Amino acid sequence: MLALDRVSKTYPNGVEALARFSAEIRQGEIIAIIGGSGCGKSTLLRAIAGLDRASSGTVTLDSEAIASPHAKIGIIFQEPRLLPWLSVADNIGFGLADLPATERRAKVARALERVGLADKAQAWPRELSGGQAQRVAIARALVPQPEVLLLDEPFSALDAFTRRDLQDHLLDLWADTRPTLILVTHDVDEAVVLADRVLVMRPRPGRLFDHIEINLGRPRDRNSPLFETFKRSVLTSLDRSLDRNVPDRDATQGPGQAMWW
Amino acid sequence: MISDAPARQQTSDTAESAAAPSRLSRYARPVLGLLLPVTLALGWELVVWSGWSNGRLVPPPSRIFATITELARSGELVRHITATLWRVSLGFAFGVVAGTLLGAISGYWSLARRLLDPTVQALRAIPSLAWVPLFILWLGIFETSKIALIAVGVFFPVYLGVMGAILSVDRKIVEVGRTFRLSGFAMIRRILLPAVLPAYVVSLRVGLGLGWMFVVAAELIGASEGLGYLLLDGQQLGKPAQILAAIVIFAILGKLTDWLIEIASAPFLRWQDAFSRAKGA
Ligand SMILES: Nc1ncnc2c1ncn2[C@@H]1O[C@H](COP(=O)(O)OP(=O)(O)O)[C@@H](O)[C@H]1O
Ligand SMILES: [Mg+2]
Repeated sequence: MLALDRVSKTYPNGVEALARFSAEIRQGEIIAIIGGSGCGKSTLLRAIAGLDRASSGTVTLDSEAIASPHAKIGIIFQEPRLLPWLSVADNIGFGLADLPATERRAKVARALERVGLADKAQAWPRELSGGQAQRVAIARALVPQPEVLLLDEPFSALDAFTRRDLQDHLLDLWADTRPTLILVTHDVDEAVVLADRVLVMRPRPGRLFDHIEINLGRPRDRNSPLFETFKRSVLTSLDRSLDRNVPDRDATQGPGQAMWW
Repeated sequence: MISDAPARQQTSDTAESAAAPSRLSRYARPVLGLLLPVTLALGWELVVWSGWSNGRLVPPPSRIFATITELARSGELVRHITATLWRVSLGFAFGVVAGTLLGAISGYWSLARRLLDPTVQALRAIPSLAWVPLFILWLGIFETSKIALIAVGVFFPVYLGVMGAILSVDRKIVEVGRTFRLSGFAMIRRILLPAVLPAYVVSLRVGLGLGWMFVVAAELIGASEGLGYLLLDGQQLGKPAQILAAIVIFAILGKLTDWLIEIASAPFLRWQDAFSRAKGA
């Protein structure tokens, strides 16, 4: 279980990027975080990853406080961030340096197979398409088998077709070990396709506005009427979150919270 | 002859394989580059040979070549080349070590950079040849002052190259290292060093070029041997062929040592090579 308790972040320049964000996320759950630009989504993810420290509040994974990068938590960024001087295979094995070489090679080979890039093992990152590079990044993050995988708009730089392909692929990989996924997105479709639960944030200061359970089985049919219904409710909530006249729900505090989880 | 070689290759290649453009360019480019100097040299040779010019001030290639073989036969050439190479090597080595160390310190620790960099930048603003009288006073007119001058010339580009390379390492890639919890040393070895290497090699090559420039200055100022001495001797005795012979040898040695750095670093920069090849094709 990943517990976020009133996580807040004020940057040194005074920007209050995140205010009292609380949530409890079960092991193996898929969470989508959606919200307008600048509402603190990346800030939140970086705090969970231990890359930046929260100004106040705590992040705890299985009752262990997270203040710096942790072996059980992996992160995938919007850009693949592959190391250009390592082959695709060595990039995937980057987090396995502590393993014996044979074991590492076996794991990397399996991962390459799993993301469909076995023929690219010895290629340089520069020789990959955007979609292929992001698949390598996913493999690199998943191969050490993290309990929590954070994804910060991982598909937003890709074309619509590749994006769909990678969404399905991610679900497929997720099913192998069922890590907790926390996915930041600005694509409502993506949120509803992937998530068990969608958290809607609102800006200035960045905070939790709403959460919507997506009670749909998998695989999900993007064209079903029920899918449309969920999309519409996420969209409505997103619109309300951007409307200054709508007051905050009591989502972040109070007894109402217990009922949501 | 020269110009029809690539042409022939092109016709046979396009018939054979799809790799023709890259293979053509690999062979044709150096040949194309040689076209102008070779034509000029042959042309001048012809002009002197046919008697239109006596070639006294600008000797033709054959006379330069004869001077070189003569110097080689007497053993003079080896002596001068050895002296010059020795000075460049030592000066380069000292300059590189100092530049790399201080550059790395300034790049890595911002406090050290604030302490050190303004002084280095101020020293850099001094034209390096201005040090000559001081070096001679301090270190004598023999080898030490020459090597010091060369080392100063090599130091600045290496220092700037290393510091700049470390400062411009992509923060996003460093973050990847952090998410995999690399320790300080592992971060340097697995992220910083490979990221800095391409710029470092460039700065070594620039530094070497300056090393060659400063060895000429050092040897012109006072030496009894070395290629720079050959230049000066040729001027004082009115032997333009000897001057040009020394210049040709400088060019060859400069190119050769630069090529050595390129060859030595190539295995570590293959990932970049793949990129530039793809761009060039
Ligand atoms: N390093 C930083 N220093 C100062 N302000 C920042 C920094 N990073 C983000 N911010 C500010 O914090 C707010 C939230 O940013 P971010 O978490 O990146 O939003 P999102 O990912 O939702 O678009 C924005 O107003 C942004 O300008
Ligand atoms: Mg963001």
